[in-house]
This record gives sequence, structure tokens and C-alpha cells, in this order.
Amino acid sequence: MNILGIGSALPDQVVTNHQLAEILDTSDEWIKTRTGISSRRVLGESGLTRLALTAAQRALADAGIQGSELDLILVATTMGDYVFPSTACLIQKDLGAACPAMDLHAACAGFVYALETADSFIKAGKARHVLVVGSEAITRLANWEDRSTCVLFGDGAAAVVAGPGDALLACHLTAQTDSQVLYMLAEPGNNPFTKKPEEAASGLKMLGQDVYRFAVTRSIQDLETVAEKSGIPLDQMDWVLLHQANQRIVDAVRHRLKLDPARMPGNIHRTGNTSAASVPLLLDELYRAGHLKPGHLIAMSAFGAGLVSGACVLRWGKQPPDKLTPAEDLFPAARQ
Amino acid sequence: MESIMNKVAQALAERRGTDPSQIKAETKFSDLALDSLDVAELIMDLEDAFNVTIDITKVDGTVGDLVRVIQEAA
Repeated sequence: MNILGIGSALPDQVVTNHQLAEILDTSDEWIKTRTGISSRRVLGESGLTRLALTAAQRALADAGIQGSELDLILVATTMGDYVFPSTACLIQKDLGAACPAMDLHAACAGFVYALETADSFIKAGKARHVLVVGSEAITRLANWEDRSTCVLFGDGAAAVVAGPGDALLACHLTAQTDSQVLYMLAEPGNNPFTKKPEEAASGLKMLGQDVYRFAVTRSIQDLETVAEKSGIPLDQMDWVLLHQANQRIVDAVRHRLKLDPARMPGNIHRTGNTSAASVPLLLDELYRAGHLKPGHLIAMSAFGAGLVSGACVLRWGKQPPDKLTPAEDLFPAARQ
Repeated sequence: MESIMNKVAQALAERRGTDPSQIKAETKFSDLALDSLDVAELIMDLEDAFNVTIDITKVDGTVGDLVRVIQEAA
């Protein structure tokens, strides 16, 4: 596959740490030092479907192709506006597409999982153009009485149009069953014949230290694996994009792999953890700011509930857009 | 046990820029201004150093706790 176009969309509503401190026993300082997050975007009245659609439309426009030319729509999401239909089906008509459409659930690693799926369809000759969207509203799933987790998340969507090519140089996906360290129970509904589970559904739950250890260890292993598979050492990557879950995780991975901070941009300070939207959102911001050049090598790594992870190496093929959107705050040095 | 304590104290002292002799079994991580992710990071380093897997849920909050868990895992 090759990335023909990319786009993203964030909700208008900004929620700062100071606003959270008004409703929770927390502070801007506490959140910032533990996560690197200062603010995040939170969906307001318009739903996640609209956000996914906007990101997809921007990616199609960037690719210069019509929705009718799509052969498959894949939306990586934990939960859309509806349990069913899928978000992919909900955006299909407004995109002017008539192709198959489905959601793919691999939590925060969903985009990398979906990218590998798109590549497989294209390689197999079963699709020419695949729309891959990462679209999440984890703020709707969070427990807003749990100050240690609800502050971590933000909402967003980002999309790419994948077409024929050999730009995905390597990809590595993993999964290991673990329903304890990061999970959210489904609502049992009102079926009178089913016993209610012992634990009531009460939003997202996370054992932070365990997730941190998993994320750092797995991300390092995955990045080393895709570097080896692609034959390109990590220090020769132009960009290493890590899932924006927590700045402390990014810093730990960077430190252990001895990577150059200037090649590890981030936007978590103003987006929070946007789950499956995180990596493509960062990729789009880099592209729109004019930092991505044809031939650039990009390693991407994401991890999440499952526990799952995915990493890949991509060779960028597009010229920067005509109209640039500067985003110098993507680089830590500019934020200090 | 003592050598594990010494190594843990050394690792903590390096992180906090303090003298290892200041770190006792009863010292709390919070006394050293370590938050939960600092402790997770420390444990990852100690797992590498001692070649053990440390069950983080058994570490209650003092240096002595951590030393005991490493001892049990070794």
C-alpha cells in the first residue's frame, strides 16, 4: 500500500486541566507532571460519526479521489455513536461510497491493525483504495469520578486513504489476553433471564503502573522488530511516532532506545490520549505542517487494551500540502 | 537481602541525587517524591538488574517492601 491522502478532525470543545480541577480533586500541575497533558478536546453535541466523516472527507480531498472510488472502509474505533450500525457504515453514504464497510476494534492500536488489514486487501488484489479511519470518543467511556484515569483521554479522528504501492515496509501486530489491567465492562442491558455480573459496569478501569510497564516494554520490542523486518535501524528513521498515551511513556521509550527527541514529535499536551486516532492524528499534523517529505521513513508504534500492540515502518510518498498549517509545538524543545 | 537493599538504595539514590545511606527499608517512595510511574520505571530497571519479574501489586509503598518482593522473586 501507499498513503494517497490524509486528514483529521478534532472536536471544537477544549477542556483544560484547570477546568478539570473545578470538578475533580486534581490540579493542572498534578496532571501535567504525570502525563504531559495540559488540555484535550471533548466531543460536544455533534457525535463521533460526524468527526470520523470530516476526517475521512479531508483524507479523500487530500488524496484527490472520490468516495465512489473506495473499495473498502475500515474504521478503527472502540465504540462509535451506535453499538450498531458500525461507524464505517454510518459514514459510507455521506462519503459517496458504495463499498463494504466495517469497524475494527483493537483499542489504541486500532489504526496500525487497520493499516495492516488495508495493506493485506490491497496486496491480495481485493481492493485498490481503502479508507482507514481511527475515530474515538474515549471521554464518553471514562469514569469521570476517577481522577486518575478520566484526565488522560481526549476525542478525535484521523483518516488515510491507502492505495496500491509498497510503502508499508514492515508491520508487526501482537495480542495477549489480559482483562484486568485495562478494561471496561459492557452494560448488561435489561434481559430478565441473564444474571447480572458481580462487578457493575462503571466506565474505564486501568492499573496505571502495569499499563506503563506493558507500554514501554512492548513499544520498545515492537519498534526493534519492525526496524529489523524493514532492514532500517531505528536511528535512521526520519520520524518515530509513538501512541500519545502519556508523555512519560514516550520519554521512557525514547530514553531506552536512545532516540533523538527532535524525531519524536508529540501533541499529547493538547490532545490527551485519543486512542486509535492518536498516531494518524500526529501523522496528519506533521504532514500539514510541512515536516514530511517524500522518502521519509516513519516508524509508528501503538499499544492498548487487550493487551494489543502494533508497530510499522512506512515510507512517506507525498509532497507537503500547498497550504501549510504550522505546528511547532509538536516538538518538545519548542514547548519548553 | 542486604545486597539487594544496597542495590535498590543505589538505584534510588541515583534517581533522586541523594546519598544511598539516607535510604532505609522504612523509607516511603512518597518521601523520595517518587510518583507511581517513577516506581514503575524503577521496578523495570530493577527487573533488568536482578533478572526477575516483580509483581508490582505486592509493593505497598516502602523500599523494604520492594526489597522483600525482589527477594521472593529471585
